[in-house]
Amino acid sequence: MDRILTATWGLPGGHTLAVYRSHGGYGALAKALAMTPEAIVDQVKAANLRGRGGAGFPCGVKWGFLPKDLAKPRYLVVNADEGEPGTFKDRAILEKDPHRLLEGILITAYALKVETAYVYLRGEFGQPGQSLTEAIGEATQAGYLGTNILGSGYSLEIVLHYGAGAYICGEETALLESIEGKPGKPRPKPPFPAVVGLFGCPTIINNVETLACIPTIIERGGEWFHKLGRERDGGTKIYGVSGHVKRPGLYEAPLGLSLRTLVYDLGGGIRDDRPLKAVIPGGVSCVPLKPDEIDVTMDFASMTAAGTMLGTAGAIVMDVTTCMVRMATRIARFYHHESCGQCTPCREGSGWILRILEEIEAGRGSPEDLDLLVDICNHIQGNTICAFGDALAMPIRGYVTKFESEFLRHLEKGGCPFPAW
Amino acid sequence: MCRDPLDPLPPFAFRDETEKELQQLLSRAPTPAAAILPALHLVQKEHGYISTAAMDYLAGRLAIPPSKVLADATFYEMYRCYPVGHYLIQVCTGPSCALLGADRILDHLADRLGIKPGQTTPDRLFTLGRTECLAACGSAPVITCNGQLYEEMSVEKVDQLLADWSAAAARQPGESEWTGS
Ligand SMILES: Cc1cc2nc3c(=O)[nH]c(=O)nc-3n(C[C@H](O)[C@H](O)[C@H](O)COP(=O)(O)O)c2cc1C
Ligand code: SF4
Ligand code: FES
Repeated sequence: MDRILTATWGLPGGHTLAVYRSHGGYGALAKALAMTPEAIVDQVKAANLRGRGGAGFPCGVKWGFLPKDLAKPRYLVVNADEGEPGTFKDRAILEKDPHRLLEGILITAYALKVETAYVYLRGEFGQPGQSLTEAIGEATQAGYLGTNILGSGYSLEIVLHYGAGAYICGEETALLESIEGKPGKPRPKPPFPAVVGLFGCPTIINNVETLACIPTIIERGGEWFHKLGRERDGGTKIYGVSGHVKRPGLYEAPLGLSLRTLVYDLGGGIRDDRPLKAVIPGGVSCVPLKPDEIDVTMDFASMTAAGTMLGTAGAIVMDVTTCMVRMATRIARFYHHESCGQCTPCREGSGWILRILEEIEAGRGSPEDLDLLVDICNHIQGNTICAFGDALAMPIRGYVTKFESEFLRHLEKGGCPFPAW
Repeated sequence: MCRDPLDPLPPFAFRDETEKELQQLLSRAPTPAAAILPALHLVQKEHGYISTAAMDYLAGRLAIPPSKVLADATFYEMYRCYPVGHYLIQVCTGPSCALLGADRILDHLADRLGIKPGQTTPDRLFTLGRTECLAACGSAPVITCNGQLYEEMSVEKVDQLLADWSAAAARQPGESEWTGS
């Protein structure tokens, strides 16, 4: 299989300009600068590249939402806030292959007629940020970044902006608020950022991995990239697997990899060859799948059809010793802690859910509490400003309904029947 | 600002290099508010935490209401409005780390240091805390110390780190180690 995003990972000096260039790096930039911006957007549309930040929105279509006129400056914002628990691919791209991201940013910015691009790095990304900073230095020296890039007359400035520890700033409008210097509270949509975004100007926000796909699309063509993946889902993806597997890590494969292959082949199977209990397919906002549900292909449409989401394709694997009530409680604690507090259902509901789950995990409460949990989830979902509410409600309801017997056993036993973790 | 009006604030100022960084920041920021987050990072890098005096000072330098600085300093988890120990150890208790023993590591550190998560040792050498997922789940369990990531941790490995940090501190007493966490 063609490795695209991970081609230089693990090579000595793989993160340097020299190695990136020896693998054809920045060739796509030169090619792109000779194309019209519109032709680049057309290639990305043909590639059927879907956003890798979790929502899977078609990238070229989103770019098309920018207003045609250039009345105001426009911005490209790179979402490097990677905070969805279970997800660890963007950190790896930043550390191991920062030039691929930079080339993707450059081509995209040129295609979108952007003169300033922001990279929003999560505050904890000291090492990844350092790696990107060094790459920016190298690229500027070599004439790939700055004024009059490769003699084309096109200029781009890249600004790094560090967050400071708030998961919600990964949500695109909270992220914009944060760059503007405010607490990260998501904005109601519409207006969408493509029309009213950063500093009130048209703005495109893309995930790190999404942009890292762009150089290959320009180099090999949108059609070629599309054919690697699925009908409505082009290209390859960096899948992650962590938790109770023998070989946790990141693996690149085409869109549509079988979840079973990810867990049992690439991930090496379950530690100590124990039976599997559940897999969270793509970050904690996804509904967990049971062992008989993992013969699904990991692309956006198939995962949605399976009652969950592809999300970030960072799978978390749990063997039979895992307490699902405890896992649900841990996830609820995360959401309660990270809620920005603007919407009552999310702010209050997350706290109610957490308290009820803590009680059940301790063996206290009644079976009606399970109905109450589902009821609270139903009232959160669809009733909030941003998708955080859904990201909390859908998985929690999934744990309660799919693993109901485990919740009931806690109540019968008056405590947790599983070993501590 | 949440401070006692009768208690005058100690004056706040940056060291020369940091002052230069701030001036650069102010000259580049498209709006004064856009400089708040990076400026707070500067304060914390230099002083280890963000005092009310620092917040007041920044508000003055950025010409924005102090409440805006306070709002950011309290909304964002990484900003600390209280001093912490020389080493700030944070254990990731996110799902992948939890599955592989993060809670045992946290309990062990708490035991060894004789403090609870959130507290600082009396000699002000160590502060212990927990964090959410650090985007390093493939090498779980992980911890950070002063912004540096340590992967594939175990009780034995954190014991070794504790010994190393204690020894380093004994060699250079009082020397600050802020690396920009
Ligand atoms: C609560 C929440 C957290 C999010 N966190 C991230 C994140 O850490 N990184 C990311 O790229 N996208 C995140 N997103 C998705 C972004 O809002 C946005 O869809 C994405 O950055 C768009 O880029 P893409 O189209 O290239 O995927 C989050 C969304 C929500 C609702
Ligand atoms: S859903 Fe939650 S996180 Fe999103 S805006 Fe509402 S309160 Fe904030
Ligand atoms: S859960 Fe600890 S790094 Fe992701």
